[in-house]
Amino acid sequence: MINTKLQLHTDILDPEKLEKAATRDGFGKGLVEAGEKDERIMALCADLAESTRAHWFKEKFPERYVELGVAEQNLMAVASGLANYGKIPFAMSYAAFSPGRNWEQIRSTVALNDVPVKIIGAHAGVSVGPDGATHQALEDIATMRVLPNMIVIVPADSEEARKATLAIAINDKPSYLRLARAKTPIFTTAETLFEIGVPQVVYKPENPTVGVIACGSLVYQSILAASELSKEGIHISVMNLSTIKPMNEKMVTEFAQNVDHIVTAEEHQIHGGMGSAVAEVLGKHAPTKMSFIGMEDRYGESGDPDQLLEHFGFTKSGIIEHIKHQLKKEN
Amino acid sequence: MVWYTKSMTDERIIELELKANDIRQSIIEMLEEAGSGHTAGPLGMSDMFAALYFEVMQHDPKNPDWDERDWLFLSNGHTVPVRYATMAHAGYFPVEELLTLRKFGTRLQGHPERHALPGIEHTSGPLGTGLGQASGVATGLRLDGKKNHVFCITGDGELDCGNIWESAMFAAHNGLSNLTAIVDRNNIQINGATENVMSLEDLSGKWESFGWHVIEIDGHNIQQFVDAVNQAKAIQNKPTCIIAHTIPGKGIKEIENEFQWHGKPPTAEEEKRFLKELRTMRGKIEATHSE
Repeated sequence: MINTKLQLHTDILDPEKLEKAATRDGFGKGLVEAGEKDERIMALCADLAESTRAHWFKEKFPERYVELGVAEQNLMAVASGLANYGKIPFAMSYAAFSPGRNWEQIRSTVALNDVPVKIIGAHAGVSVGPDGATHQALEDIATMRVLPNMIVIVPADSEEARKATLAIAINDKPSYLRLARAKTPIFTTAETLFEIGVPQVVYKPENPTVGVIACGSLVYQSILAASELSKEGIHISVMNLSTIKPMNEKMVTEFAQNVDHIVTAEEHQIHGGMGSAVAEVLGKHAPTKMSFIGMEDRYGESGDPDQLLEHFGFTKSGIIEHIKHQLKKEN
Repeated sequence: MVWYTKSMTDERIIELELKANDIRQSIIEMLEEAGSGHTAGPLGMSDMFAALYFEVMQHDPKNPDWDERDWLFLSNGHTVPVRYATMAHAGYFPVEELLTLRKFGTRLQGHPERHALPGIEHTSGPLGTGLGQASGVATGLRLDGKKNHVFCITGDGELDCGNIWESAMFAAHNGLSNLTAIVDRNNIQINGATENVMSLEDLSGKWESFGWHVIEIDGHNIQQFVDAVNQAKAIQNKPTCIIAHTIPGKGIKEIENEFQWHGKPPTAEEEKRFLKELRTMRGKIEATHSE
């Protein structure tokens, strides 16, 4: 039931056989590629060059790298100026600080000003791990998707992150790319197409009862959950909704119309995140029973990334448990 | 410190003073018509705006996006009536359009918007972000080896914002000598006198310690302002901050130095009186000319 048209990895259902990398790594590669193609590409960073992977670009194009120091508000204002002038600046920090600390600069100098700054929010979600709640951004999808003009993308794996980086480099719009620190399986391939605003149904059984709409690392975990549940006769389909804004209302609606229940899954607060965005669409076009996998109105905490993902229900087993619980409630 | 280079003739200075007088009259007319907006700041900055658009800056009203233009960021976006009035008198758009300020469908938004009106370089209003944006443009220009100059006007109240000082560090660290900040030091902000709300002094010392070349001038003395800009352009390796001491509401005695006039427009009755006062002032400037 893997959608073979997408040319996903042939060993997709065997996590041990998949190479692992963080989405920040795919971004770092993509930024160098984008920089090779277009001299207008610049990298701006607020004292986090290595952990955001900005240093790969810096090593290759030192003259196009701008250091801001620990000054996220100024990071965004300077990026706005560079974009206004005609450059294509990528502004890098942790999502907890950018867009966490500089939301108003993003609103007025980037989004309302409508200049093509690329905001890179690294270390999003609880999978940041031991650094704890202060550094685990769980609100950024909400605060970015509410801004007119802003594109919001959460890549599902490192390869998709690379392609998304190349795509936002040329889209001429303010854009937010949400990245994770933890290494996760790369289940897409170089041949898998990526287009902003086009979600992909990655797992497609014949008569699904539940549809899971996921983003980030939850997409792969949802695929594993779908495969395992199929053995128990529970058929679920899985959509990778990597572009949260602009939302493809048509595809999301059609996806929901084929199932009895929609589950959204994201490493983000339930309030205001991707799930809420889906609910806005379905409420309008196709009211559907829904439930939400995400942070339940609380902050994260320290721990190993895997431990935290498991604890907060962001793994295969958490998704399976959630779906079974929902089906039980309905019967 | 000011170097009196005497770069202009007395006739030229009088011409610019008359431009400033035109700008002040337009500010009063447009604000009365709008029924809301800021009066004191724009009147206080009229002399410098006349100098910027009619003497100092490279720009082309018929081609606002001209590649060789100097950039002007107005970080204190609430004072935009002075920019609109100056742009209209410089030929960017018809002077009559000034009366659409703040009205539905206007290109002259209450706070300036980049896409609304050609020649407005950036959306501004939320304070403290203009200097960073100006630094970004200055960085881009330098990277491309271009000679355009970038000006950024800030209020003094907005120097309370941390973002300004992040930008001040950035510009000095990178030696952005193609960037000149102009602080409208009029000593007022919404809640009262700047030194009562949040002390800024030693303001000149602050900028110097951040690595800037600092010039203090009388912001109503056009010759001093033009000299300061010339000096700023001559200084290499560091950005310059011109602290321009101005009188808020300059030109209309009732408004001068009254912080209550920060954010309100004149009434119709006041408009008549104020315009009369400005026309009298104009007569005096012209009389100087004929002497």
